[in-house]
Amino acid sequence: MRATSILSALAAATLAAACVTINIYFPAAAAEKAADRIIEEVYQLRKDAPASAPVPADKK
Amino acid sequence: MKKLLFVLLLALSPLAALAQANLEINTPAINGLKQAMAGRHAQLAAHYGSGAIGIARDGSVSLRDANAVPLPQRAAVNGLLGAENADRAALYKEIARANGKPEWEAEIRNTFAQRWAEKASPGWYVQNAQGQWVKK
Repeated sequence: MRATSILSALAAATLAAACVTINIYFPAAAAEKAADRIIEEVYQLRKDAPASAPVPADKK
Repeated sequence: MKKLLFVLLLALSPLAALAQANLEINTPAINGLKQAMAGRHAQLAAHYGSGAIGIARDGSVSLRDANAVPLPQRAAVNGLLGAENADRAALYKEIARANGKPEWEAEIRNTFAQRWAEKASPGWYVQNAQGQWVKK
């Protein structure tokens, strides 16, 4: 019984830590990818996506 | 009890996956800003090339050599820079907001600052981490 409560406390602590991690986590790689997509359109580096046309939804 | 916690952990694990997914950048506000900036870029490009303006380390565009702009055009260039930097600030804020994380704005701005510099054409000036202008 005691082992169970220790285990529960440990699990709860892990869970809390995981939640904090999720909250402060900044998706650097995803942000970079999003930035590149926008910048390439603004700089007009993409030959297949002229700036005047809306971005196709499938270009992820 | 153990079983319950295990189930809880399992239920929460997709949250971590969600955090790594693509950022939402396909909103009307973001698309509008992007198109305004793309339209303005055609006018700014010549000034990047002359070295009059450069890519600042804070994610904005800044005037680095006013003498490279003929006097009659200076007011127009300043106007372009003001409009561009207002759109950029709105863009960073809007991306953070569209992803439900307004607190990410500064990090999004930093990410953009690096990528604007990275994608700049040869001959353009970019500001390094020490604040000095470096020609690409």
